[in-house]
Amino acid sequence: MKTPAIELIDVTKVYRRFSGKQYATLKSALLQRSILNELNPKETFQALQHVSFTVPKGSTFAVVGRNGSGKSTALKLVAGITKPTSGTVLVDGRISALIELGAGFHPEISGRENVFINGIMLGLTKKEITQRFDEIVEFAELKDFIDAPVKTYSSGMYMRLGFAVAIHVDPDVLLVDEVLAVGDEGFTHKCLDKFSEFKRRGKTILLVTHSLGLVERFCDDAVWLDHGEKKAQGDPKRVIGQYLLDVESAEEGYLAQEDAKAKEEVAAAEQVAATSSATTAEDTADSGPKNMFQANEGRWGSGGVAITGVTLKDKSGTAGHVFHSGEPMAIELALKADKPCHDFVFGVAMFNTDGTCVYGTNTDIEEFEAESLTGESTVTFDIETLELVEGTYKLDVAVHRKDGAPYDYHRLLYTFRVKSRTKDAGIYRPRHQWKFSDSAKLSRKSE
Amino acid sequence: MWQNLARLFRYRGLIQSLVSRELKARYRGSFLGFFWSFVNPLLLLGVYSFVFSTIMKNDEPLTKPYAVFMFCGLLPWTWFAASMLEASNSLISGGNLIKKVLFPAEVLPIVSVLSNMVHFLLGLPILFGFMVRYHHLPHFPGVLWFPVIVLVQLVFTIACVLLLSALTVHFRDLRDLLANLITLWFFATPIIYPYFLEGVKNYVGFFKYNPMYHIIVAYQESLFFEVFGHYAVLALGGLSILFFLGAYWVFDRLRDSFAEAV
Repeated sequence: MKTPAIELIDVTKVYRRFSGKQYATLKSALLQRSILNELNPKETFQALQHVSFTVPKGSTFAVVGRNGSGKSTALKLVAGITKPTSGTVLVDGRISALIELGAGFHPEISGRENVFINGIMLGLTKKEITQRFDEIVEFAELKDFIDAPVKTYSSGMYMRLGFAVAIHVDPDVLLVDEVLAVGDEGFTHKCLDKFSEFKRRGKTILLVTHSLGLVERFCDDAVWLDHGEKKAQGDPKRVIGQYLLDVESAEEGYLAQEDAKAKEEVAAAEQVAATSSATTAEDTADSGPKNMFQANEGRWGSGGVAITGVTLKDKSGTAGHVFHSGEPMAIELALKADKPCHDFVFGVAMFNTDGTCVYGTNTDIEEFEAESLTGESTVTFDIETLELVEGTYKLDVAVHRKDGAPYDYHRLLYTFRVKSRTKDAGIYRPRHQWKFSDSAKLSRKSE
Repeated sequence: MWQNLARLFRYRGLIQSLVSRELKARYRGSFLGFFWSFVNPLLLLGVYSFVFSTIMKNDEPLTKPYAVFMFCGLLPWTWFAASMLEASNSLISGGNLIKKVLFPAEVLPIVSVLSNMVHFLLGLPILFGFMVRYHHLPHFPGVLWFPVIVLVQLVFTIACVLLLSALTVHFRDLRDLLANLITLWFFATPIIYPYFLEGVKNYVGFFKYNPMYHIIVAYQESLFFEVFGHYAVLALGGLSILFFLGAYWVFDRLRDSFAEAV
């Protein structure tokens, strides 16, 4: 293994939770150099727990993880802005940290003066800045505004200038915390080019980002932090795969919760309706919205036949809310008829978050003739392959009479998410393949 | 601690540019701009000398011309008081730097002291103008002590603000307390009255524990009175160096807590 540029050895960082009694610990702060020793665990928060990783010299290393997983803390430790509570952080070489861009800018003075002061703060000498000044301004695309006070800059200009200064410090180790969203496409490309140049010159980059595509394309190595603990480290593809799986399961939990909440609300509304107007059952039957594509979520119908449960199942038959594009999905309706019924139609429709109907159908349209429905039954709408792009979709399910009068209509009550590794656009993804004649040469990006 | 002190020395370029930024930024956008550095002490002097030489008539012959006498003490006091008030807040208002940039925090309070020192130095020509106007020029050997006294005050003030700014991060109450303390301190120091007043002599045991007493008296002797004899200021200089080291030690110990507490 190459020599390490950054090494974290069993690093733990404990923050105090906010509490009013700060003075209680001043003595310990002075004597033990720590403001935490006398605090009990309830008052502290472990941002990092026994994390170790090594970044070899010249590599590009990514830290991924959900919000609050300790990524930024790790970066601050490497930058030396905070000290670990226990463990060791070793860094070899000059560091430049793109943590907060333009942190030292003074709004009242000009961009030019700020470049100098910021540069000195980041460890350059006056001479070095003078040498690089034009390059910095060029990079920030601020030639016409460099003598205006920084307070007149837009936030984009501000960030670009901050970025330009920081990147021209010419560090051995560059720390980047989610700062690529500072400009338009063109500027982002310029930043990435700059990173590539760093890489070519054998500098070390430590990157904290949520942009996983960037990590896959760009990084040699990745570590995944979750709740302050190291969950995985190694090949970016593999680490991201594991991370995404975890994100999915969290999302699954969230969607399930949302679903439960929606159902509860409907149940509550139903009870109110039932107690207040038992006689106007006929009215309620008609009071469904005239245009079903404009209605909000809810549940209505005359009763008689009820949809008692809706389950979404994946290819292995497990119920869930997160599915993958191109894989099968089944919508399972549990029904209960109070008395035998001969006029009934089952319907299903899907909507995307804009409210656009992605697909809608029912058994009548597809020329099924209703014969009889008694007691409890199950209806399954089997989708062979879910040909949708990534996104969140909502579901309508209904059982109604042939003339359209609903027995039970569930409007947008069920949510599912489609995941995809391909970031294609639109709603529908036709099954497709690319074919090229011999003169058009393309190759797969390195997997 | 010694390493950090050495590093502080390496950061002098940064301190220098921050001081000039502070000065540039302060009056940016105001009509009179840098002139305010002159106008401010002038206005202050006008008010005080009107009150103490016209309304509350001052008969002490040794303090004539009173405006010059008072200016000799008021100018350094303003430097001290403004540094204290500004520096106590400097770590909190500069929190963004401490939290997001690898940055030696002690630079911030020191910059407050130095930028106020520049204002102090800019006030000196006005003092000189008054001296010429009232035909009361400083006597020769005594005036040579002036730079020494400035140095003593600089070390003492930096020591004060290091301690103060570090503690203010943890006890925000200090900021409010300080404003009152400074007013009290002002009247407990012989600035608007001469140190040889009968009333002062009765409490000289109390006065001599006030470091600013020695500094201000030394200024007055160096610039206003005929003889310089207040050598106690040299002892204060020595103590200030020790005080500075102690204050720096406290600051250094608390350093790691700043990023979390501001």
